[in-house]
Amino acid sequence: MCLAVPGKVISLEKDGVGQVDYMGTTVVANFSLLPGIKTGDWVIIHAGFAISKLDRKEARKTLKLFQELEKLNPSE
Amino acid sequence: MRPKTSSRDPLAHWRSANTIKVLLKTIAEETKNLGKPLRLMEICGTHTMTLHRSGLKPWLQEAGIEMVSGPGCPVCITPDFYHEAIIDLVTSGENILVATFGDMTRVPTRKGSLQTTVPASGSQIKIVYSPEEALELARQNFDKRVIFFGAGFETTIPSIVYTVKKASQQNLEAFFLLAALWLIPPAIEAILSSGEVAIDGFIYPGHVSAVIGERAYAFVAEKYHLPGAIAGFEPADILLGIMSVVRQIKQGKPRVANEYRRVVKAEGNPQALALMAEMLEPFDADWRGLGTIPASGLRLKPEWADFEASKNLNLALKPQKTLSSGCRCGEVLKGLVGPRDCPLFGQACVPDSPRGPCMVSYEGACLIEYKYSAGAKKK
Amino acid sequence: MKQVSLEMGSGGRLMRDFIKDQLLPALGNQLLNELHDSAILPSGLALTTDSYTVDPIFFPGGDIGTLCINGTVNDLVVSGAQPEYLSLALIIEEGLEIEVLEKILLSIKKTTAKNRVGIVTGDTKVVPRGQADKIYINTAGLGRLQGRPQPDKIKAGDKILVTGPVGEHGLAIMLARNNFQMSSRIKSDCAPLLFLLPLWKKGSLWMRDITRGGLASVLAELAERISYPLLVEENKIPLSRALRGAVEILGIDPLYLACEGRALLVVKETEASQILTWLKKNPASRQAAIIGEVQDKIGKKGEALLQTSSGGLRLLEPLTSELLPRIC
Repeated sequence: MCLAVPGKVISLEKDGVGQVDYMGTTVVANFSLLPGIKTGDWVIIHAGFAISKLDRKEARKTLKLFQELEKLNPSE
Repeated sequence: MRPKTSSRDPLAHWRSANTIKVLLKTIAEETKNLGKPLRLMEICGTHTMTLHRSGLKPWLQEAGIEMVSGPGCPVCITPDFYHEAIIDLVTSGENILVATFGDMTRVPTRKGSLQTTVPASGSQIKIVYSPEEALELARQNFDKRVIFFGAGFETTIPSIVYTVKKASQQNLEAFFLLAALWLIPPAIEAILSSGEVAIDGFIYPGHVSAVIGERAYAFVAEKYHLPGAIAGFEPADILLGIMSVVRQIKQGKPRVANEYRRVVKAEGNPQALALMAEMLEPFDADWRGLGTIPASGLRLKPEWADFEASKNLNLALKPQKTLSSGCRCGEVLKGLVGPRDCPLFGQACVPDSPRGPCMVSYEGACLIEYKYSAGAKKK
Repeated sequence: MKQVSLEMGSGGRLMRDFIKDQLLPALGNQLLNELHDSAILPSGLALTTDSYTVDPIFFPGGDIGTLCINGTVNDLVVSGAQPEYLSLALIIEEGLEIEVLEKILLSIKKTTAKNRVGIVTGDTKVVPRGQADKIYINTAGLGRLQGRPQPDKIKAGDKILVTGPVGEHGLAIMLARNNFQMSSRIKSDCAPLLFLLPLWKKGSLWMRDITRGGLASVLAELAERISYPLLVEENKIPLSRALRGAVEILGIDPLYLACEGRALLVVKETEASQILTWLKKNPASRQAAIIGEVQDKIGKKGEALLQTSSGGLRLLEPLTSELLPRIC
């Protein structure tokens, strides 16, 4: 029910439509639910619509958490 | 060294076997002194899928955590009478096109499934991936009436209604929406208020939350004193969510944690919510398995009646109990039983010949259990 | 069921039931009942046939012309036969542009040359507008056995290989056919497997070209045929990056997507690494890989098991119905 992928906005046209790249596949997406999006932003695409903008800072925070956890629990 | 998200595979770190191992170990440490096993409900079918695909369930079980699937599968909870009404319409000789998402076409009803139904000449059933495609179909087939059978939760609802708005702007008079729009928080309330299911905490659906925000689940902590965490869909995301719930239980401080901050903002998506409020109104919807839940469904407001399929076409939506005898899909959706508790599972009910939608939908608990649990052949 | 449904032709369980419950009782004989891709005739010949109704008729990486020759050639190769002669039957819809027909014929010509086979007999029919969709093609192929599949000799320790990345034909067709508003670099993997023939003398025990139903269906079929369970590793299955992205967006399992130029091989344990080296030297199978083995430690007879990238174990079943894009 929540199938969606994170992609990078590569182009924006008028009418709220644009193109997003996910691992080399380009998807046409509708940005009407996310005003203020710019090319280069990362968004979550679901059923052809961008529903949320990815917060890269938060993503990096989580990755740092993983790194810290690994330090406390070094792999055998 | 600062970790970088890779555009080669942006989700690599969230899938890394090493990260998963470390998170599982941390969770096991936390549950060690709890003294009792925990039952956590993941609402969303996509979470169920990840738990099975990644083989997390057995490891979590070892750590004393049993994951129970919830009703987050729109194909599963949409009752048969929607499909049966459509089947009647496409076989009646009316020249119409029905566009819907893939799994919907395979739900078995007393009249067959949309896929095995042979439409009358001129009619067609088409599978689309996005609501936009349904609209495009209407543009290309202006001589036919196009019904978009759109089912979904809050993740998909804004996109579905946006399409109706666009149809109106483009004067597509022959485009209609047969809406099966369901809301998650009322379903959670219904499960909790029934008192039938023992749950110690929730994993909330990440992308539904991206639309509705964090406060929508506040009642679970405030009224029912149960912990919960919003989680994303990669294995590491779910484990972070579970870790948070376990910690909330240990601290005795139930709340709504957000473990998917890179996607979910506290306020959700205001634009999407405003669109929903503009075009839709709540009603007491009839859920497969869960029965009628107050204010749990959304339908087009009267001013959008021109696009409402049931008001403009010969669609007889007759609510009634339609599960085939023995099928326990309804109880599976509530978390009362697991797929293997159903006598039909793996025997009379298999993906080839499903008896209920839980074995049809790619997000259905029964299909997921069957596909991803080695040894499913032998019950 | 009172009417033929699309499901019955999709290669899944309903089609197999149709064959078992209706076709074989009516037509069965010792040879047909084997239900092999190619019938092994007395006198060392193999015969196969296939009909091609692909839509669209032109797609990235090929067209119905390349398909109808490669498909039939490949069926002979994996049965152990060197393809020699083909028949070609065309059913054309009135109104098809001659230019389109010429393009297809050129593809057929190029592909038969590549496969060193000749079309020695054929038929052409034209039906009124609307009674066929542009063009349907049937080819039959006759070949001479060079080696014989020996599934009964397969034992624990024998290795399972694929000749390259999987799923590309299925995805290319899916994207070309539907209005998914997605674009991808993926091209059909439609190609001849003729280069695999020498392997029948080098240690290959069983081969199957991976078509409808994808890799998972072939593995499930193999498991049913042999005496041991098999175990493959998800991490070892070659998948192109472009395909991985597209299937995630659509929510499709790539192991069930069709190929038209990839084979699954079961080879003797002792010959496996030599065969892999041999395959990798060929540009057509540069990304060949050993993906698993026949074994007797995990699972039961008849089970095709997949170890997922996160370490879980999954049972692979044959494709049950037409693959649909998943949406929540």
